[in-house]
Amino acid sequence: MLIALGVIGLMFGMCYEMWQQSALSRAAFGWSFFWTTAWDPVAEEFGALPYIFGTVVSSLVALAMAGPIGIGIAIFLVELAPEKLRSPVGFLVEMLASIPSVVYGLWGLFVMVPWIGSTLGPGLSHTLGFLPIFKGPSFGVSMLSASLILTVMVIPTVAAVARDVLQAVPNHQREAMLAMGATKWEMVWHAVLPYGRAGIIGGVMLGLGRAFGETMAVTMVIGNQPSIHTSILQPGHTMAAVIANEFTEATYDLYLHALIEIGLVLFLVSFVLNLLARLLVWQVSRGPAGAIRA
Amino acid sequence: MSTSWLPAQSGTRRRRNLISTFMLALTVLAMLIAVTPLLFILGWLLIQGIRYLNLDFFLNDPAPIGEAGGGVRNGIIGTLIMSGIALLIAVPVGVLTGIFLAEYRSNPLATVVRFATDVLSGIPSIVVGIFVYTIIVLPRWFQGAAFSGFAGGVALAVIIIPILVRTTEEILRLVPSSIREAAAALGVPKWDYTLTVVVPSAFGGIATGVMLGLARAAGETAPLLLTTLGNNFYNTKLDQPMAALSLQIFTYAIAPFDEGRRLAFAAAFVLIMLVLLVNIATRYVFRVRSINL
Repeated sequence: MLIALGVIGLMFGMCYEMWQQSALSRAAFGWSFFWTTAWDPVAEEFGALPYIFGTVVSSLVALAMAGPIGIGIAIFLVELAPEKLRSPVGFLVEMLASIPSVVYGLWGLFVMVPWIGSTLGPGLSHTLGFLPIFKGPSFGVSMLSASLILTVMVIPTVAAVARDVLQAVPNHQREAMLAMGATKWEMVWHAVLPYGRAGIIGGVMLGLGRAFGETMAVTMVIGNQPSIHTSILQPGHTMAAVIANEFTEATYDLYLHALIEIGLVLFLVSFVLNLLARLLVWQVSRGPAGAIRA
Repeated sequence: MSTSWLPAQSGTRRRRNLISTFMLALTVLAMLIAVTPLLFILGWLLIQGIRYLNLDFFLNDPAPIGEAGGGVRNGIIGTLIMSGIALLIAVPVGVLTGIFLAEYRSNPLATVVRFATDVLSGIPSIVVGIFVYTIIVLPRWFQGAAFSGFAGGVALAVIIIPILVRTTEEILRLVPSSIREAAAALGVPKWDYTLTVVVPSAFGGIATGVMLGLARAAGETAPLLLTTLGNNFYNTKLDQPMAALSLQIFTYAIAPFDEGRRLAFAAAFVLIMLVLLVNIATRYVFRVRSINL
């Protein structure tokens, strides 16, 4: 039965291997790898900042949208939905989680990107163009497209965890609030959400972890351009996307090691996010929460 | 309420009710926002996919660029082979770990392993791809081959192990402890009744977990890019690069050929149908056992 130990071994093995295989890049660039913007395989110069920027911005924008939506769904499912609706709606949301990311990418590329390029993008830059983030010409493939597709992909993660957390909130919390004459929303806002706050934050962090590591759907819609723009209507690039795009083209060791170092960063970030998130969720629900991601 | 003789108070009461209704309506809206893209995607794939689906799609290999026709036989075979390898590796590891977690629940080691599994399931799949690249592709560990179907299978295995562990554990927890106690009372050792009584009674559920893993493996793309590379031709040799349905969707989608797009749409349709069926089946099995997955 101690095969189970293998799972732990697997994790440390991963970390060790990537540490080893990124030695050249770490030696050559040190910490400056993370704040230089030059990514020039020909000149053997590598700086990961554009990718880090792209990953962080697209994920945060996605989370800003998916967080409230996911929590809203959880509230709806736990507090509001009639018994009959609960199961089918929960199922639909879980279905969102099980669509392969390459299929999301396909849909994003052929349906969402043209729509953003022709309708949403120009609309935003026309009405909200005074904000730097919506300035300038609109391309279909953009940071915005990536954020939107990530939003859809992250919603089920946030919703599933938040739902489990809210279900774990004991009923006397609700009853006490209602007995004092609170409206239903006041009950949710003042008694239910604060009780599950840690777990919900955990759910949002899990979502962030998922958004950080998402590769295929993002690389298909973001434009894969390693430059930093303030406008989210411009194309960008992410850490996961650059690995997927350039890994097999990395012709010399330093190039490869630079890419693996990006992978190592992704690993460590998602490791820490998951660790913290699980701890927070466990604290509230006293057990693992969140549906299995299929 | 009956406080209408106090205008100020009734006003706040009405306002509070209004706010409440408004915010709760927002949660309904949130749900609609989430479900709309799902219906959009499914509907769009249904229309696009069925239009391009025919027998050629399943029986032919991709035609040379510029020529009409062709199918994705090589991708379907490749996906089946690599998912098969993944299951061969992941089922023993995942199911045994799941059994361990369920049957030795309070063991401190179990807590650590459960935690590790959860964290592992959150590791980006592309990182798993890098990992397998560094241990198998780079040192040419498998019969001197670099990119190979075998490496792809291993990467998929690493990805689906957490799924198998979690489903196995969950389903074993549903097995009533009276069954275990009955066996234990007869003097059967723990390892024995676990394998001969507990596991068989949860067999359907474990099989569902395996199907979930299979569906996940079939849709996974990023790690395959780094481990098996893809192949335009029909290949069943494990030490050669292999095609996969998901990889084909990606390469055809970003290639500027209508013929390729046709294949990508149809392939995506097939994938999504597989995922849908497996999920509905899972739903059914777990519903029968009356838990909320």
